[in-house]
Amino acid sequence: MSDSVTICSVGLVDQGILEHIAKCISTRCGLTCRISFSMENPRYAYNDIRCQYDSKLILKHLLQQSSHDTLRLIGVTSVDLYVPILKFVFGLAQIQGKCSIISLYRLWPQFYDQPSDPDLLLARVEKTALHELGHTFGMTHCRNRRCVMYSSTRIEDTDYKHSEFCPTCFELFQWFLEKSLPKSR
Amino acid sequence: MTKKPRILVVDDEASMREALYDWLKEDGYEVGLAESGKDAIAIAMEKSWDVILLDLKMPGMDGLETLRQLKGKTVETDAEILMMTAYATVDTAVQAMKEGAFDYLVKPFAPDEIEMQIKKIITHRELVLENILLRQKLEERSEYDEIIGKSDAMQEIYDLISQVAPTDSTVLITGESGTGKELIAQAIHGNSLRCYMPFIAVSCGALPDSLLESELFGYEKGAFTGAEHTKKGRFELADRGTLFLDEIGDISLKTQVDLLRVLQHKEFRRLGGQEEIKVDVRILAATNRDLKKAISESKFREDLFYRLNVISIHVPPLRDRKDDIPLLVKAFIHRYCLEMNKELVKIAPSALKLLIDYDWPGNVRELENVIERALVIGRGKEIVTDDLPFSRKEVESAEMPKSLKLMEKMHIKRILEETDWNISKTARLLEVDRQTLYNKIEKYKIEKEA
Repeated sequence: MSDSVTICSVGLVDQGILEHIAKCISTRCGLTCRISFSMENPRYAYNDIRCQYDSKLILKHLLQQSSHDTLRLIGVTSVDLYVPILKFVFGLAQIQGKCSIISLYRLWPQFYDQPSDPDLLLARVEKTALHELGHTFGMTHCRNRRCVMYSSTRIEDTDYKHSEFCPTCFELFQWFLEKSLPKSR
Repeated sequence: MTKKPRILVVDDEASMREALYDWLKEDGYEVGLAESGKDAIAIAMEKSWDVILLDLKMPGMDGLETLRQLKGKTVETDAEILMMTAYATVDTAVQAMKEGAFDYLVKPFAPDEIEMQIKKIITHRELVLENILLRQKLEERSEYDEIIGKSDAMQEIYDLISQVAPTDSTVLITGESGTGKELIAQAIHGNSLRCYMPFIAVSCGALPDSLLESELFGYEKGAFTGAEHTKKGRFELADRGTLFLDEIGDISLKTQVDLLRVLQHKEFRRLGGQEEIKVDVRILAATNRDLKKAISESKFREDLFYRLNVISIHVPPLRDRKDDIPLLVKAFIHRYCLEMNKELVKIAPSALKLLIDYDWPGNVRELENVIERALVIGRGKEIVTDDLPFSRKEVESAEMPKSLKLMEKMHIKRILEETDWNISKTARLLEVDRQTLYNKIEKYKIEKEA
C-alpha cells in the first residue's frame, strides 16, 4: 500500500475541482495525491422515490473499484446523496475505512438560490473532502465550530468552519496517519 | 459526561439501522442496534443507555408497546426515548410523547434535526446528573469536611461559607498564620457550582516577583531565556474553577497592577504573548497582613483591595476559640494515628488542660504539629504532659494577668524564686535597690513557699 490519496470523479465532475482537492490535501495533510480515471454515473444507486442517490451503495462500489496501492480513495460526484434515514448528506465516509464520497450537489451556491461563486464552491469542496478524509482515518466530529471536523448539518456550518483541523484534531490526525502509513515510510 | 453517550437504535429496517449507526458513530457516540422491540428490551436490560431511537412501526411488538415496556412494565430504563415515525403515524408519535417519549422525528430526518434532538437530550441528562451530584456533594459537605470547630465564631464562618459559596463573588479571607484560611477557601470552592472544576492555589508570598508573574499568567515559548515551551499559567489552569491567591498581601505593586487588570477585564496575556486569553475564574484571596495598613503605607493598591474584598471572612486565632481545642485535638489524634498505623490513643486531662491554657501563637497549625510530635515521641496509650513540647512556665507566662500590680507581684515572685530568695541578686536583676524590693515584698505580701 502506498501513502498516496486517490481522487476520482463518480460521474461528470470538473477537472479543476479534483485538482483543487488534490492540492489542498497534499498541503494540509502532507500526503501525495493523484487523480485517477473517472467512474461512470452512479445509476445503480438511484432511488426513484427520493430522486436521490444512495451514498452507501456508491461507497460500496468505490471500495470494489479501489486499487490496493492507494491509502485512501475519495470519490467526488455531482449527484444528490442520501442515507436512508436522512434527507441528504454532503458526504459519507467509512470510519477507519478506505473510501469516502462527497457530493457537490448541495455545495453549489446556486442550490441555495445564490449567484454562482467558484471560490465559495471550492472552499466548501475543500472542507467537505478534508472532513470525510478525517473520518476515514478514524476521526469523529469535533466540538470546535471552526474545526474542519465539526459536523456540518447545514451549509452554514460548512461556511463557518475553517478548512483546517483545530490543533487537537490535527495532532489526532497525525497520530492516525502515522498508524495508517506503511512502516517502510 | 466524560464517557461516550450511548445510543440504542431500534428499527426493523436494516438500511435505517446501518445509516443511523454510521451517522452516530461519526459523532463519537457508542451505538447499539436492535431489530425489534423484543431485542430492544433484552438489550436495555443488559446495559444502560442515554438515548433510545425507537421506530414506531415495527412488525410484532410496535414502537408504542416497546416504549411502555421500556418505561416501566418490564425494564424501567432512565434513557430518553426518541420516536422515529413516517408522516402517516405522527398521531401515534404524539401519543408516545404522552406516554413518556422525549420527542419524535419524522423520517427521513434533516441531519440537523437529529443532531439537535440528541444534543438536547445529552445536555438535559448532563444537567440532571450534575444536579444530583451537586446535591449529594452539598449534603455530604454540610460539616465542611476538613474544618473542625463548633465554637460560635466557627458557626458564623460556616454560615458565611454557605452564603457566599454559590455566588461568584470574590472573597478575601483574613486571619493569622495557621488559622486555616486555605481550608476555608477549599470549602467555598467545594460548595460552589464550580466544585467539579479545578481549585488552583498559589502561594504568592513564596515566589519572587518574576516567577510569580509567569506562574500566574504563563508564558510563550521564547518569552525569556529558558522558556523552551509555552506554559499555561494558573489563571488558565483554573478556568471555570477557582483560583486561590494565598498571601496576597505579599505581592509587589507591579503584580498588583497585572492582577487588577485580570480581575477587571477577565482576560490577560501570557508573558511574551500577543493573544488576549479570556478566562472564567473565581478569585479567593487570603492574607495574614493588615491590608488597610498596607494601603496607608502605599504598599498595597486600594483599588485592588476593594476588588478582592467584596466579601470578607475573618478566621479567628485559636486563642479566641479555645472551646474548639478538645475537638481539634481529638481530630488530629485520629488523623495521625491512622496515618502512623497506630492504635488510637487518648489524651490525659492534665495534658489537655495544658493545651487549652496555652496561647497558640502558631494557631491550629501549631496545635496540629504538637499533636503529631506527641504521637511520635509518646510511648503510652495516652498523651501526657511530658509528651508536649512546652514547659509549664511557658503556659504560665501565657497566663500573665492584665493588672499591672498583679503582674509586678508575679514578676518579683518569679525572680525571687529564680535566685532562691537572694535579695541582693533579685534587686540587681530588677534594677531596684534592696529597700524598694523589701517594701514591695511587704506591700504584695509575697511569701517564700515551703
